[in-house]
Amino acid sequence: MSDDHHHPAPMGDVERRARALESLLEEKGLVDPTFVDAVVSAYAEDIGPMNGAKVVARAWADPAYRRRLLDDGTAAIAELGFGGPEGDHVVALENTASVHNVVVCTLCSCYPWPVLGLPPTWYKSPPYRSRMVREPRVLLAEMGCPLPNDMEIRVWDSSAEVRYFVLPERPAGTEKMSEQELAGRVTRDSMIGVQRL
Amino acid sequence: MSDLVTSEIRDMAGHLALPRLNGELVFDAPWQGRALGLAIAITSSLDVGWDRFRQELIRAIADDPDRAYYDSWICALEALVVHEDIATADELNRRASAL
Repeated sequence: MSDDHHHPAPMGDVERRARALESLLEEKGLVDPTFVDAVVSAYAEDIGPMNGAKVVARAWADPAYRRRLLDDGTAAIAELGFGGPEGDHVVALENTASVHNVVVCTLCSCYPWPVLGLPPTWYKSPPYRSRMVREPRVLLAEMGCPLPNDMEIRVWDSSAEVRYFVLPERPAGTEKMSEQELAGRVTRDSMIGVQRL
Repeated sequence: MSDLVTSEIRDMAGHLALPRLNGELVFDAPWQGRALGLAIAITSSLDVGWDRFRQELIRAIADDPDRAYYDSWICALEALVVHEDIATADELNRRASAL
């Protein structure tokens, strides 16, 4: 999919047709407006990056899940009800005190969208794609993520077959947080690897 | 994940994919969100399965690939209503013109 979907629709005719459909279906008893409301808000709140945040929070809270996630990311995200089209393998990369992972797609814009939603614009930009491979430490610092010189940086090239995302380190001071609170601490950028929490 | 959100809808791919920005669904106007809700509600109340609407949406997009995404949803909803004998195209047009 692409930004082509974001053409603003001309107001007027199509909106009238939408309203006509809704009023007709309501009158026929085929649609309950409160159900439509509930559906719309459920989808509006079903935020892509939040899926990834839930995966990370579960991995922080549950060591057994963390092992399953690192062993087989696709199966572990499916446990939480997330997944994409057949054939997409999702691989979680574990950040540690001495290793920082970052994800790029050098060929195009492969991205683990079932867990992270749509990629940010910069992810698709040629400078990100080339510089993250050539000079990751410099680029990460420019993006607000300076890393100590002795921290190893691993750059992972996503493809249509394998989609990587980063399992960030659990931040200090979050020991008492619930899984839901933990999920609130996880950002999209930390799961791409351009931020440390 | 809410029970109302199913992966067969949420994860539609290619031309059918729900427009998102940074993972969040994008509606340029409230009626576009209503179109999503209506499609889910009508396939549920008719008990025809999501694929029934999906096929209409595929046809609507193929008919005019340049049409704005949710405009195609309205075309697909209209086609579904007509094909399921809920109303005629004339009825829908009259109702829209009266608004």
